[in-house]
Amino acid sequence: MIDMRPSLVLVLVIAVLVGTGVYLLLERSLTRVLVGAVLLSNGVNLLLLVAGGAAGRPPLTGDEGPGPSSDPLPQALTLTAIVITLGLTAFLLAMAYRSWQLHRHDEVQDDVEDRRIARLAARDERAFTDADTEADTGRGRSSLDEEAAELHDDTDEGTRGGAR
Amino acid sequence: MLLALHLAAALVAPALVGRLGRRAFLVLALVPASAAVWALTWSERVQGGELPLEQVRYVPALGLELTFRLDTLAWLMTVVVGGVGALVLAYCSAYFKSSAAGLGRFAGVFLAFAGSMLGLVLADDMILLFVMWELTTVTSYLLIGHNADKKASRRAAMQAIVITTAGGLALLVGVVLLGEAAGTYRMSAVIADPPPPGALTTAAIACLLFGAVTKSALVPFHFWLPAAMAAPTPVSAYLHAAAMVKAGVYLVARFAPAFAADPVWRWSVAVLGSATLLVGGYRAMRQHDLKLVLAFGTVSQLGLLVLLVGLGTRAAALAGVALLGAHAMFKASLFLVTGIVDAATGTRDLRRLSGVGRALPWTATAGALATASMIGLPPFAGFVAKEAGLEALLHLEGGWEGPLLVVAVAVGSAFTVAYGLRFWWGAFASKPVVPEGTPAHAATAPASPLARTPDAAPVPDASHHRHAAAEVTRPSLTLLWPALVLAVLGLATALLPALGEHLLSPYADTLPTGEAGHLVLWAGLTPALGITAAVLTVGVLLFVARGPFEAFGARVSRGPDADLVYRRTMRRLDDLAADVTAITQRGSLPVYLGVVLVVFVAGTGVALLTGTSLDVATRPWDHPAQLPFAVAAGLSALLVARARRRLKAVVLLGVCGYAIAGLFVVQGAPDLALTQVLVETVTLVVFVLVLRRLPAYFSDRPLAASRWVRVALGVAAGVTVAGVALVAPSARVHAPVSENFAEEAYEFGGGRNVVNVTLVDIRAWDTVGEIAVLLVAATGVASLVFLQRRSGQIFRADEAPADRAVWGGSPDPTAALRRAGPRAAAAGLERRTEWLRSARTLAPQRRSVIFEVVVRLLFHTMVVFGLFLLFSGHNQPGGGFAAGLVVGTALVVRYLAGGRYELGEAAPVQPGVLLGLGLFLSAGVGLAALLAGGTVLQSWILETDVPLLGHVKVVTSLVFDIGVFLLVVGVVLDVLRSLGAELDRRAEAGEDEVADGSHAIGAVGSFVGAAGSELRGSFADASDGAGAAVPTAATPAATPAPRDRPEVGP
Repeated sequence: MIDMRPSLVLVLVIAVLVGTGVYLLLERSLTRVLVGAVLLSNGVNLLLLVAGGAAGRPPLTGDEGPGPSSDPLPQALTLTAIVITLGLTAFLLAMAYRSWQLHRHDEVQDDVEDRRIARLAARDERAFTDADTEADTGRGRSSLDEEAAELHDDTDEGTRGGAR
Repeated sequence: MLLALHLAAALVAPALVGRLGRRAFLVLALVPASAAVWALTWSERVQGGELPLEQVRYVPALGLELTFRLDTLAWLMTVVVGGVGALVLAYCSAYFKSSAAGLGRFAGVFLAFAGSMLGLVLADDMILLFVMWELTTVTSYLLIGHNADKKASRRAAMQAIVITTAGGLALLVGVVLLGEAAGTYRMSAVIADPPPPGALTTAAIACLLFGAVTKSALVPFHFWLPAAMAAPTPVSAYLHAAAMVKAGVYLVARFAPAFAADPVWRWSVAVLGSATLLVGGYRAMRQHDLKLVLAFGTVSQLGLLVLLVGLGTRAAALAGVALLGAHAMFKASLFLVTGIVDAATGTRDLRRLSGVGRALPWTATAGALATASMIGLPPFAGFVAKEAGLEALLHLEGGWEGPLLVVAVAVGSAFTVAYGLRFWWGAFASKPVVPEGTPAHAATAPASPLARTPDAAPVPDASHHRHAAAEVTRPSLTLLWPALVLAVLGLATALLPALGEHLLSPYADTLPTGEAGHLVLWAGLTPALGITAAVLTVGVLLFVARGPFEAFGARVSRGPDADLVYRRTMRRLDDLAADVTAITQRGSLPVYLGVVLVVFVAGTGVALLTGTSLDVATRPWDHPAQLPFAVAAGLSALLVARARRRLKAVVLLGVCGYAIAGLFVVQGAPDLALTQVLVETVTLVVFVLVLRRLPAYFSDRPLAASRWVRVALGVAAGVTVAGVALVAPSARVHAPVSENFAEEAYEFGGGRNVVNVTLVDIRAWDTVGEIAVLLVAATGVASLVFLQRRSGQIFRADEAPADRAVWGGSPDPTAALRRAGPRAAAAGLERRTEWLRSARTLAPQRRSVIFEVVVRLLFHTMVVFGLFLLFSGHNQPGGGFAAGLVVGTALVVRYLAGGRYELGEAAPVQPGVLLGLGLFLSAGVGLAALLAGGTVLQSWILETDVPLLGHVKVVTSLVFDIGVFLLVVGVVLDVLRSLGAELDRRAEAGEDEVADGSHAIGAVGSFVGAAGSELRGSFADASDGAGAAVPTAATPAATPAPRDRPEVGP
């Protein structure tokens, strides 16, 4: 059975990595966000490993040395996580490049549309005008009668001198 | 069955109309007619209490079933829905112009409505009732908005659907409450054995009534119905007079036997019913459009109907359902008549109509008959029903409630008489015509003598006004007979009141209280008859005095206008939605992430503090060697956070990564360490490739205050995760799932490296998912860079342009040296063998002979080492991921030494091919195991003795690993080609440049140089990090190549 007591050194490293990762993640510059994400994932990888128990022999069968072997499952999970982080890094970098191509910087800007809606909401204005719902709520709105007079069905006009 | 017929008819209707034109309506009319005929054939049996029941299990797991049941109430509604539907459809065939737009759609929706209405009245399952209810709402919306190009039409449709859907949702809540309280959703069962009174039942009743009130346009939601007159007139006749608005009445009638005794029910029905009766009647007096007169009249009548059927006594209920039938006949007929007048004259404005009665006597007759029924003139159906209603109200027990309601109904009926006469007078009488634009009350001419029959239609010297009146054309006969049939039926049924009573009394008998009522034409000189006489007199007087009355109405404030309130409410709702959006959708990534993190810290933190004791046994370290690596990782992470230069941050990030790899080694995870080192290397290169395009320093953010927030959040998150790390390991209560992995791996997976076997065999599906993610990421990178194609061209050395050197562009520091060498020397150089094939495509100042030599020696070694890792990975550290990364790193080195043409030479394939092939080998070949009779991704062990090599043991999961290998190589290649080669090409072609970006090319060169030296450095790190794990990879560390070494001429 693997010793399940966590190693303080590793716990401290995890804390530092996650802390700095989060700090950078909240930045505006996409590069720093990305660096933060990498630090964070390093921290989480270590966390997985710590959760798997104490250090031990490499999990290779037939190579029985002294002591118990380390838990292979968290290692497999972490391995895929490491490679995924590579994919994520490349993708975010491509985004940073694209952002530079378009705006000449890699800052994550606020969503313009969201800000516009917030501004309009603050002033109680409409984001768009919709003639259908934009009720002329004032005095001069058209009455039912007037509206009804405008509407006519596509009727057959009949003929002069037809039936009654 | 019938419903299916309606559905099918609705589906074929557009095609049929397309083929037969408007005549198709006649064919389609057969569908609702069949429903009516079916109901009529059952009438005697239904009366006798034999109720046909049809049941189809629909979703048995949820207890949903399609249950239909025909009882007296449903019978009446079916006859109304089917009969009026058929007549209106027949009417449509002549009403619309053959060329009218959207007729096919109209016919389809109309039939769909008829079908859903039928389903609504026949449903015995309450959920089914709700579904049908909403279907009628939706089809009604489509029909009201038939003239979608008209603003008023769209608005009316929207208003109708918003209000009726709100009611529909309330109905759903009510139905669910009721169904849960009663334990069944069968309506007949619920009504026979209603749940006991209580808060829940009261809430259910309130919800049901709310649904009914909105659907049947009762106060205060009456305003949608007049607006819905924007629909074509046949729709108004059917939906808004006979069928849909009756759904609310039907609902009230359906549940009255169960809940009429409830005070909430009684008060709502009485108050809303009489208020609607009065408001509708009063408003109808003041309309000028014939349809609006009728619409407000309908509102008024619906109030009366709900009042009668909801009251809960047998006599009232009988009167109510009788009036329901009568109303369907006369109101539909009146709408159809209005349609005829509209079609004949082109207007519905009663101020502009004159002399129509003379021109269209039969139409006027039909109108007169229907009006007579509406105002309750004997001997018409309306009279019989109202008489019975008054009788029932007079016999109401319980103090002052009855007389009060009698007064309300009497006043409402007087209004009915007045607006009924006004309608007929407006439509058909010959009278002075008001030019358009004249204010309404000025227009009221002195009352013409009252005319009840067309023959007596007075023609007082109106002829000199005729020129201003709308012209009258003669519509076809098909328009007339449906209206006439309905009007005459109003007379015919009244002449046989006993039959009506016979047919309808079974419903009335289901009510628990009150004595049975009777439908009679002549009951003697009863108080009710006296009231009717008084009502008629007052009504006529009101009609005569309509001029002063209208003037009075115009002067008096109309009080709160429900329509205006509705519009303002909708406006407020929009504002509220915008405010909520503004608060929640901040559009700022840091804010969103911050919220997520705060929730994480708060949630996990609270669980940690309350749910666990942090007092766990710990050890300072597993092994003393952890300490230096931990310090390196922690320090570099802190320095990264402080770094102001991009490159510094990235390099420190690399240091941190390598330190972590060291921790992995100590932890006993050589595979992880190997992968981490390789990934860190590739990451570093990719970073630098992109960073060369970005500014060297992070931009200054003046938000110093928010920095402390970020620090605080970072610290909080770090502490929380540390808490998790402390608690989680000791929280384990079961033996690890991986306890037997070692034996399983060897026995079934045929490998000694447990981690690798876990990846390719035990948890192979996870790996498939993961490499799929990698593939998507690589494709994403390529598409973000190439934008239009999946990938760009492969750069081959032969195609390199001679006049343009790769990574040239910055001032050449060694130009002076090279100038000494003459041209001829350059020609001689060509014959000399190059270390790298494409080295000459580089700008001379970017070349490094030592680097080239090292790469030349190293590349193949690395590839072979990669392959070794791939094949040995099953038993030793390694495997597809590590192997792919080693080969990828080899490509990186080639690219750094020789530029993009060298990359093309090293790997002249499209990365997409590698990616696809890799995924196919991993996942696709896994399927092959199915063919062999195993499960997906099962592996076999093949052992054989091969000469020279000795005993060879091959496991089929090796193919899987080869797939992983190819895919990882593909990913690295893809990234290099897009973020490396393509960015180079653009920088040199000047495609990315804007006016101020002219020095970017220079930056490219120096950064790539930096990348090269960084890489060399990283190998040095790798050698401490992964120690014995990567002996070969560590070799280049021994040969640090100076950056930008000038190429000295011969």
